[in-house]
Amino acid sequence: MKKLLLGDEAIALGAINAGLSGVYAYPGTPSTEITEYIQNHPLAKERGIHSRWCTNEKTAMEAALGMSYAGKRALVCMKHVGMNVCADAFINSAITGVKGGLIVLAADDPSMHSSQNEQDSRFYAKFALVPCLEPSNQQEAYDMMAYGFDLSEKLGEPIVLRVVTRLAHSRAAVEVTEPMAEKHLSPSTDQWVLLPGIARKKYVKLIEKQDAMKQASAESPFNKTEMSPVKLGILACGIAYNYVKESLGTDANLVKISQYPLPEDKIKALAEKCDELLVIEDGQPVVEELVKGILGAGYPVKGRLTGDLPRTGELTPDNVAKALGKANGAVFVPAKNMAARPPQLCQGCGHRDVYTALNQVLADYPDHRVFGDIGCYTLGALPPFQALSSCVDMGASITMAKGAADAGLFPAVAIIGDSTFTHSGMTGLLDAVNDKSNITVVISDNLTTGMTGGQDSAGTNKYEAICLGLGVELEHVRVVVPLPKNMPEITRVIKEEIEYKGVSVIIPRRECIQTFARHARAKKQ
Amino acid sequence: MKKDIILCGVGGQGILSIATIIGEAATKAGLYLKQAEVHGMSQRGGDVQSNLRLSTEPIWSDLIAEGGADLIISMEPMEAMRYLAYLNKEGRIVTSSKPFVNIPNYPDEEALQSELDTLPSIKLDIETVAKDCGNPRGANMVLLGMAAPIIGILSVENLREAIATVFARKGEQVVEANLKAFDAGVKAGT
Repeated sequence: MKKLLLGDEAIALGAINAGLSGVYAYPGTPSTEITEYIQNHPLAKERGIHSRWCTNEKTAMEAALGMSYAGKRALVCMKHVGMNVCADAFINSAITGVKGGLIVLAADDPSMHSSQNEQDSRFYAKFALVPCLEPSNQQEAYDMMAYGFDLSEKLGEPIVLRVVTRLAHSRAAVEVTEPMAEKHLSPSTDQWVLLPGIARKKYVKLIEKQDAMKQASAESPFNKTEMSPVKLGILACGIAYNYVKESLGTDANLVKISQYPLPEDKIKALAEKCDELLVIEDGQPVVEELVKGILGAGYPVKGRLTGDLPRTGELTPDNVAKALGKANGAVFVPAKNMAARPPQLCQGCGHRDVYTALNQVLADYPDHRVFGDIGCYTLGALPPFQALSSCVDMGASITMAKGAADAGLFPAVAIIGDSTFTHSGMTGLLDAVNDKSNITVVISDNLTTGMTGGQDSAGTNKYEAICLGLGVELEHVRVVVPLPKNMPEITRVIKEEIEYKGVSVIIPRRECIQTFARHARAKKQ
Repeated sequence: MKKDIILCGVGGQGILSIATIIGEAATKAGLYLKQAEVHGMSQRGGDVQSNLRLSTEPIWSDLIAEGGADLIISMEPMEAMRYLAYLNKEGRIVTSSKPFVNIPNYPDEEALQSELDTLPSIKLDIETVAKDCGNPRGANMVLLGMAAPIIGILSVENLREAIATVFARKGEQVVEANLKAFDAGVKAGT
């Protein structure tokens, strides 16, 4: 049966039909729709497949590893920067090995459509010494779930599945197979205690598995060679394959790469028949660097490092065509009456009132800095508010404000959303409490994970208790309702807490207007 | 035969519903389809677009090449012109004539309308048409109706059926209201 599916939905349905028992994830564009699809799927509900959101990617990775240990198939999903958050657990899961199949889904975002960097998760797979699958289309994304779980169980290792935004968020028809039963293996009886003496032995085992991983790539149905009598050889990784086919059709001389470690023999065979190789990959020049090592210094290899493709930004049909000497081109000149239209906070959003109040109070403190965080409220950096000095990674608002306060900066204000606070802000707040840092933390609580579309937020109804539990003094945990009519009270509270020489937390709390509208509609129906 | 369509507008204007309906119609008609969407941050009042590719042959790329689009369907006149680089020589623009001004530096409206008139475009105040047929939230259906006779690879009837299917779970009234808006668009566009 054919079904029209987003890349993310193909992954989700592929996982369910491959006998998945649990998905563990924290929302992050472009990966969010995978978990949402599983949450809403009738078979997943009927089987009781775990799909509740996790507090962050590290808790997700560890829970998935626990499910694998117990003998069931688990999927952990995140956007590319989530790999940094779960890296400790992920890298060590390659040392412990796995029992039930474990797929680590990393959704990369070349061109940074909704992200702060372009890091390439294929590096992580290589770093951890585990295989990586990179689908070129929605069908492969679906098929790779059953294939990936089998491979994971066969090798006893986690498998990274890397997609990019353009596949995650593009729809196409997918041939869907009958669902398999859930996999119930017995719990692992291997040694998983990574004391140094044991970890050394396990690490040697992981190294010994590398040949089997290379063999799997050599035999993979997703890696293939296509020959034609052309002098240029192409290595087309993941969705790059589509752009090459769009330009060249059957006149391509290429190896399609969708499984790593690299299929070295196929690459060497192609290189022998050609005068030079062009590496086309979305993200960073991972393969381009590796291939130089495989073919030796004398063999000409072109790609992003040589400027034949742009060093930054996602692949497009246009930059790939240009690298292949087949320029596409605009027919019409660009419009004269044109302006950029950046995203902005919704009208009526509570974050707007928070920034209005903050800006009003901080106007009296010329040396102030506001350290921002990741979420809708990052848009407070843009006009009309222009309120933020920084936004680096999940949770960094509190800890950077602390460091700046340690250096004598005053006032040092942190602004962080409710979901981001439980994701990675709590530990930093504990540091600040223990150091009695002179910072003011604003937890702008809209009762949801807003930016990614309104998923449940792990700490809802628990924020005062969390702050008090971490040691913030009762009289310096202040709750306000961010509405224009409350402006006098909100500004007074902010001013008082800035003047307090210690850690204070202000919690402006009002539901996200998007989820509020959705709840109102649901009630009406 | 193939049709490459860019759907565009401002986040929240309902372009993904248009895409869903064309997608449903294409699937039913047995066409190959690829549809790249924008999710995430830009949906917050920023510019949004969707690349929709329909074909009787298999499609490779999820994205439309520069100079490759047969049609730009836009919920907003300035947004229609943002993607000019993608329009092909015989390409057409079908757009709402009414600016959505949520930025301080929106271009001069008269200049914008005259520039749009120099292009192969048809425009209509779809919001007023939607209101006039009693469905103020159906402006996107009016726009789809305007574009329907031009899409070519799908018939007007294919699209009407798809509207009925997509809105079926919301009840007969919603289906009727959307079909009415769609029909008004077809009439205005031809």
